[in-house]
Amino acid sequence: MAETLTQGPPDLRVSPLQHLHRQLAAAAAPGPQGLEIREVAFTTQLGLRAEPGSQAHTRFAEVLEGLPSAVGETTGTPDGVATLWLAPDEFLVVASGQDHQLLQRLEHALGEAAGQVVDLSANRTTVELSGGSARDALEKGVPADLHPREFPVGRAITTTLGPVPVLLWRTEDSTFRILVRSSFADYAARWLLDAAEEYRPRR
Amino acid sequence: MMLIPCPHCGPRNETEFQYGGQAYVAYPEDPYALTDEQWARYLFYRENPKGPFAERWVHSAGCRKWFNAVRDTRTYEFLSTEAIQGAAS
Ligand SMILES: [Zn+2]
Repeated sequence: MAETLTQGPPDLRVSPLQHLHRQLAAAAAPGPQGLEIREVAFTTQLGLRAEPGSQAHTRFAEVLEGLPSAVGETTGTPDGVATLWLAPDEFLVVASGQDHQLLQRLEHALGEAAGQVVDLSANRTTVELSGGSARDALEKGVPADLHPREFPVGRAITTTLGPVPVLLWRTEDSTFRILVRSSFADYAARWLLDAAEEYRPRR
Repeated sequence: MMLIPCPHCGPRNETEFQYGGQAYVAYPEDPYALTDEQWARYLFYRENPKGPFAERWVHSAGCRKWFNAVRDTRTYEFLSTEAIQGAAS
């Protein structure tokens, strides 16, 4: 059985990038070719395992109103509940805030069927990169093709940012969410701060 | 940099993959019946052809699935890949 989401006073939580929030805010570059970096902390992330065509897959799909069926696909909405394709039988459900209800609904839906629901919320934090230069900055270290033809809004893939394995998700034309493991978050954020440097106005 | 076609994810950089050696090496039906020499042959002896070679690869930085591929050892060209059926493919 899956563990329940972390309990405790919310105001005592420290996010993986809390110590960099000020630096991230200060790195913002204004204007149409600008760039903004912020942490989207404490989202709910649930790992699902279910073989396509299995009972578990059907039940998950009912709760989530469909599961992505091929590489790069996502279902749902970035600011509500979204499901990312990780592998043919593996998915990551991302919901904003702490969504205990969703975990319970998925566990309940799975029941005794062969599959898995695991709370992975603390595994990764999210860095959101937005602005006209967001794609340009990412292309310094992401080997995947980020042209909208290959990587349109709603697409999410596993790739690397510099040396760091990440999930990269385009949520809007010039907005990317980078889901990075908490222990790599500091490195990834500093990598982005460095990448953002050239877009800031000269002083 | 090679582009390796993962059967699930499409072409990806070779840095996302790991090599798993020769494919279709069957585990002995009764390992206890084997002599030490036969066991060593199963464990350590592999083909080393010049040309097409059936290999296992894993897309470790992507979908994390193992798959079989035929690669030409002279040109490094991937001639075909196939998902492994039943292994949570
Ligand atoms: Zn793959």
